[in-house]
Amino acid sequence: MSISRIAQGSSALTSAALLLWSGGAHAEYALNMPRGVTTISHDVYDLHMQIFWICVIIGMVVFGVMFWSIYHHRKSRGAVPAQFHESTVIEVLWTLIPMLILIAMAVPATKTLIRMYDTRDADLTIKVTGYQWRWQYDYLDEGVKFFSTLATPQSQIRNATAKGEHYLLEVDNPLVVPVGKKIRILTTAADVIHSWWVPELGWKKDAVPGFINEAWTEIQKPGVYRGQCAELCGRDHGFMPIVVKAVPEAEFQQWLAQMKAQNATPTASDSNPRTMQSNTDSPTVVGGQTL
Amino acid sequence: MSAASHATDHDHDHDHGPAQGLSRWLLTTNHKDIGTLYLLFSLTMFFIGGSMALVIRAELFQPGLQIVDPYFFNQMTTLHALVMIFGAVMPAFVGLANWLIPMMIGAPDMALPRMNNWSFWIMPFAFTLLLSTLFMPGGGPAGGWTLYPPLVLQTGQAFPFVILAIHMMGVSSIMGAINIIATILNLRAPGMTLMKMPLFVWTWLITAFLLIAVMPVLAGAVTMLLTDKFFGTSFFNAAGGGDPVMFQHIFWFFGHPEVYIMILPAFGIISQIIPTFARKPLFGYASMVYATASIAFLSFLVWAHHMFTVGMPLRGELFFMYATMLIAVPTGVKVFNWISTMWHGAMTFETPMLFSIAFVVLFTIGGFSGLMLAIAPADFQYHDTYFVVAHFHYVLVPGAVFSIIAAAYYWLPKWTGHMYDEKLGQLHFWLSVIGVNVLFFPQHFLGLAGMPRRIPDYALQFAEFNMVSTIGAFLFGFSQLLFAYNVIQTIRGGAKATDQVWEGAHGLEWTLSSPPPYHTFTTAPEVK
Amino acid sequence: MMTESRKSDLAAANRRLVWRLLLLTTAMFGFGFAMVPIYDVLCEVTGLNGKTGGRVVAAQPMQVDASRTVTVEFVANLNLGAPWEFAPSVARMQVHPGQFYQTHFRAKNLASQPMTGQAIPSVAPGLAASHFQKIECFCFNHQRFQAGEGKEMPVTFRIDPDLPSEVRTVTLSYTFFRIDDAGG
Repeated sequence: MSISRIAQGSSALTSAALLLWSGGAHAEYALNMPRGVTTISHDVYDLHMQIFWICVIIGMVVFGVMFWSIYHHRKSRGAVPAQFHESTVIEVLWTLIPMLILIAMAVPATKTLIRMYDTRDADLTIKVTGYQWRWQYDYLDEGVKFFSTLATPQSQIRNATAKGEHYLLEVDNPLVVPVGKKIRILTTAADVIHSWWVPELGWKKDAVPGFINEAWTEIQKPGVYRGQCAELCGRDHGFMPIVVKAVPEAEFQQWLAQMKAQNATPTASDSNPRTMQSNTDSPTVVGGQTL
Repeated sequence: MSAASHATDHDHDHDHGPAQGLSRWLLTTNHKDIGTLYLLFSLTMFFIGGSMALVIRAELFQPGLQIVDPYFFNQMTTLHALVMIFGAVMPAFVGLANWLIPMMIGAPDMALPRMNNWSFWIMPFAFTLLLSTLFMPGGGPAGGWTLYPPLVLQTGQAFPFVILAIHMMGVSSIMGAINIIATILNLRAPGMTLMKMPLFVWTWLITAFLLIAVMPVLAGAVTMLLTDKFFGTSFFNAAGGGDPVMFQHIFWFFGHPEVYIMILPAFGIISQIIPTFARKPLFGYASMVYATASIAFLSFLVWAHHMFTVGMPLRGELFFMYATMLIAVPTGVKVFNWISTMWHGAMTFETPMLFSIAFVVLFTIGGFSGLMLAIAPADFQYHDTYFVVAHFHYVLVPGAVFSIIAAAYYWLPKWTGHMYDEKLGQLHFWLSVIGVNVLFFPQHFLGLAGMPRRIPDYALQFAEFNMVSTIGAFLFGFSQLLFAYNVIQTIRGGAKATDQVWEGAHGLEWTLSSPPPYHTFTTAPEVK
Repeated sequence: MMTESRKSDLAAANRRLVWRLLLLTTAMFGFGFAMVPIYDVLCEVTGLNGKTGGRVVAAQPMQVDASRTVTVEFVANLNLGAPWEFAPSVARMQVHPGQFYQTHFRAKNLASQPMTGQAIPSVAPGLAASHFQKIECFCFNHQRFQAGEGKEMPVTFRIDPDLPSEVRTVTLSYTFFRIDDAGG
């Protein structure tokens, strides 16, 4: 821990407000929701910004009035208290006006939500299964199925070696998907509830054991997009990242063929994932055991 | 609002002071003693829960695992929430209710004094049990305070004890709520009509009904967890035809009103304090009462906004989104009323007022992020991230906790007969308000940028704001020692407080001497 | 000073109120449990959690809508600790609403001792769940497997023509849970 890190941290705070106004500041530390790489994520981002600005404006008006009053109507400036204490007209007004604002917010929100629920006519269906603590991806029509596990070495987590660029957000086998195709994603889990979330795709969906949920995405830009499990799922909840690699269709087909060839040679049975280390078995030293 | 026709309380020959020694506190049925016990218990829990928060923030100071094991980290997040919600915030409000409601409505004591004693004394046992689970094989609960199955069923030997502790807290809360309702409905002084009651009493009346309505539902939910684990039922077990998501519905049917249980009394406190220091009556008293009631009503219709991502049909998402957005209306009315109360007042800024103003601003910020979270499609991004953590800490720390601190400073001179150290109080305020913002504001950025909640380690792009947040946490946490010191010093001595204490204070409690005698209003005052 | 009669009136009023509030408490405790059947009904009506309806006994013949084709996808999942191999025999079928179809799921016990399992169905989108009817399903019963035993297990189903027109793909998922000794 160097002093410069602390200084950097505190300067980050002071510049935070400024950067927020400047919009999608893409510094080392992100401040805002990513705009994402799908039409849905763009809609969600726009919705988020709209509501945010409405809140900022309301906040400025309300707090402005309050601080103006705090400055002017103070006893030390000789203010004499008025005695008014009710007005039905005003009460009705400040009930109705917020209602109208809310309706204005609800319209775009409803539209976006309806689009998010439209899983029709997908080109590809991928089943995502949450395990304690890794993900399994199953390309249903292709018979390709594999686990995706955290690739960050323990030595980095335990601070023995320097942390890599994608610390905790790297996996051995990323989910490879084609760009420009509508992909339907089914989520479920094999033990406890997990939640599959890649911020750049604009949504997360819970993975519930015994039940199946669906969502969809259509990635427009090739790239690598990273996310994490978003529902507390036990000891290593923080260590089951998601990496989505979006590639052009041709490259995807090539990758798929390669995976199928690999699958032809028998690998470890997928029905029996690595021995689960039950939480109850691992003794926890109270008072802080250093890893 | 209301004024007492006659101010003082006469010493009757059968009047007696408190018993001496430990038995005074063990056996007391006096509302003031029990109020004090609740408040001291709450302060203790606040520091215990706060220490857990500091363990969490210390681990998150830097990326990598430094201090605790991830499983212990999960125990800390779980217990921090349970201790703060059920041990710190709720008992503090019950303590304030005990001290204040009888004095505000001109009642000699709570309606059911013996039950009052029981409802307090359950609490230390419940929390000793809960905290002792940390030392059991397999550790304490680590599945989050929301206790979602199937994860919570992986808890070790602590599991039945956690459930028992929650049952005990529930029983205590329900008894407290029954007592408060009985006191308010049956013991008001002549002339103290419902619409003359101080707003703190009103908000507590509504809160007490919420408690009675939802604490039993929580009890039911955790009982089902218990039978699923030990008696082979399948309420939440998919293999037996159950559904783990159903737990979330039942839990949040309790959980969302619970959120308002922790904020409505705060609204009441702020509605007492702002008029005093603005020297002007509360603006829109009646609309405040109606707004509180509508918030309470709506709180039963919005629970599934905590579960937008579990996979509900579109119609369900839309219903819960609209209902949740609607809550912004009565909440907004409250904020507007407070500001109108300040408008053209003659304000002074003693510590209680400072905390109240900070409450209005920072609670409203929490309200704004709440509105953002209500928007279901955007919530798919916010859900279970630090944005949510920032949101609910804004409404609970500079919201509920600031209101409790404000209340303590405001009524402490009445309770003890001594003025607290104003300079120290103001120092405490400034350190708290800076600390709390440095602590929680950056968490908005973390959440938006993609940091999930309840993780002990994080990717490098989150490092800066986590560090800032941790610095804020330690600043805020240690500043609270000033509060404890100030309170203790005020109990022990200090400048004599007048009966009215604050120039602008109105209400029956200010007509009593400071400190009030052990028994007050044994003869009901006449309220005009 | 309160008179004795006022005091006893008050005590009676308090008692009455306490009993009412306790009744409310008990009722709300009951309501917590009542939410279980309420939830099941809601799920059936709205498809809240994608649970399919139970067995359709003596199914009424339905008008077959040959003009409409719905894709049915079959998905097999294994809960942790279920040592099976489990897969649908076909990944998807094109079906006409109203007509019965049969397909199979294959399961094999990989363990060296007998195992009992229970398959739990789930349909996505949830909206389609109540329109998915089965007259025969291995999920209606516990399935017992000898060590190393493999089985072909049939499902006979049809899609109700009332299925909302916006639904074009229905996913039928089964999760196999081991139900003996391991609990659930």
